[in-house]
Amino acid sequence: MSAVTADSTYDVDAIRADFPILSRPMRGKPLVYLDNGATALKPQAVIDAEIEYLRDISANIHRGVYELSERATILFDEAREKVKRFIGAPPEGEAIFTKSATEASNIVAFSWGRHFLKPGDEILATEIEHHANLIPWQEVAKQTGAELRFVELEESGVITADAVEAALTDRTRVVAVTGMSNVTGFMPPIAEIARLAHARDAIVVLDGAQLVSHHPVNVAELDVDFLFFSGHKMCGPTGVGVLYGKRALLDEMPPLLYGGDMIVRVFKDKATYKPAPDRFETGTPNISGVIALGAAIDYLSAVGMERIAAHEEFVLDYAVRRLSATEGVVLYGPSDVRRRGGILSFNVGETHPHDVGTILDGEGVAVRTGFHCAQPFMRFLGVHGTVRASFYLYNTRDDVDRLVAALDRVQEVFG
Amino acid sequence: MNMGDDLYREIILENYKSKKNRGALESPAFHQEGVNPSCGDDIELYIKSDGERITDVSFDGMGCSICLASANMLCEAIRGMKVDEAERLIDGVKGMLTRNEVPDFPDGAEDLEAIQGVANYPVRVKCALLSWNTLNQILEEIRGESA
Repeated sequence: MSAVTADSTYDVDAIRADFPILSRPMRGKPLVYLDNGATALKPQAVIDAEIEYLRDISANIHRGVYELSERATILFDEAREKVKRFIGAPPEGEAIFTKSATEASNIVAFSWGRHFLKPGDEILATEIEHHANLIPWQEVAKQTGAELRFVELEESGVITADAVEAALTDRTRVVAVTGMSNVTGFMPPIAEIARLAHARDAIVVLDGAQLVSHHPVNVAELDVDFLFFSGHKMCGPTGVGVLYGKRALLDEMPPLLYGGDMIVRVFKDKATYKPAPDRFETGTPNISGVIALGAAIDYLSAVGMERIAAHEEFVLDYAVRRLSATEGVVLYGPSDVRRRGGILSFNVGETHPHDVGTILDGEGVAVRTGFHCAQPFMRFLGVHGTVRASFYLYNTRDDVDRLVAALDRVQEVFG
Repeated sequence: MNMGDDLYREIILENYKSKKNRGALESPAFHQEGVNPSCGDDIELYIKSDGERITDVSFDGMGCSICLASANMLCEAIRGMKVDEAERLIDGVKGMLTRNEVPDFPDGAEDLEAIQGVANYPVRVKCALLSWNTLNQILEEIRGESA
């Protein structure tokens, strides 16, 4: 496999300068941040957007007739339009703000699933799912009498369209699948899966928690029915998630939470509800977070998602080659980096992932260790956890060199 | 000094690699599983007791070096101890790791001072304490039976 070459116009130093935390040390050493799968660092523009709202506006949305409330409402509504443009939402689609990707997933499972699934219906999921796209469906299956079934995986956790087709039946009502594994970075063929599912009249729920922050996504082209993702993994603040859905489905779904701002008329004994997004956004939302997510989308769009994805592939390709050549390191996931986003899971001999993580921490290298909220996938891989390095727009091949050098320390202590 | 040197001391690595106390006891009177769901440490503790003393002890399971070293030290320290001595020892280990107390361990349990460095790594304290919390559950059971 030939090495991926650099995009000479991609100025990673300028990008790094936008992230204040990258100039601060960890454990007394320059920070190498490789835990982007858990959350991304925040650029100054996002920090500023959140602070400016808190300092200069502060008012609630949709409720006041005064200037500050008007400004808050405009910024909040603009953020929604930015989100929709960012994922290529068609006019017949809508975006709902939630507190997390997990909450968005639960809205689909408990509002759509619990309302529309019947005994004998089938939910098709995969063993590579994050718990957030698995456990809600387990519970809904229990509550509705639907059956939870799984696509057969190929070695290293690859999902093929053929395997999905083989698992679909006339009873399949929903396919719950990730766009990018948070363990191996593998990206299933979503457009093809959606086409196969729709041929059986099943809907597709796409977990975009990793995919949306790392790759260009167009929901109209993928033709998925629901997509959920989190803001903090795409340089936004924590506490904001997004649920995209087709309006025709959303407007048939009962609300999950009831209260102010989601109603049309309220009487003593009953109320009527607005359509999406309001019907799913009762209560004062995370206004500062949503506005800052809008700033994160502006930031990522200015760099360009195509270029970010290409840069990550450039770094990942190097990381795969360096770690493959490191004694004692076992890599998981498909070897072809074009089938995966910038995530790399590995183990170092028999050393427990937490011990590896602690020694890397001592060298200023931040990685994630453990199950990655994907216990069934860990069982499939036959491991008791992995070490995960995940890359983003500001990572460099130098970061990979620092990781590899720190792994030498692991061998010194445990080898 | 590299960070981590205060954690991965020779004595911890020796206890981590030791197989001496590994494996289930034959017909143990007491048996308890301990799990840290966030990291996957998963051990089983086996104990024989005559009601007054812990006559034998062993453990088995999966975990990081801190978890397994601590469990091995536990076995070495409490074998032959009276139940109330073991209870005081649990409190001493917890005090050292969570309340910054200066340890004062009895003869034969001094190795435990080697895990004091774990207190500098708050997210790893639960690894070191797993076997001790599991032991505490068994001691409550022993107390209940002899009461």
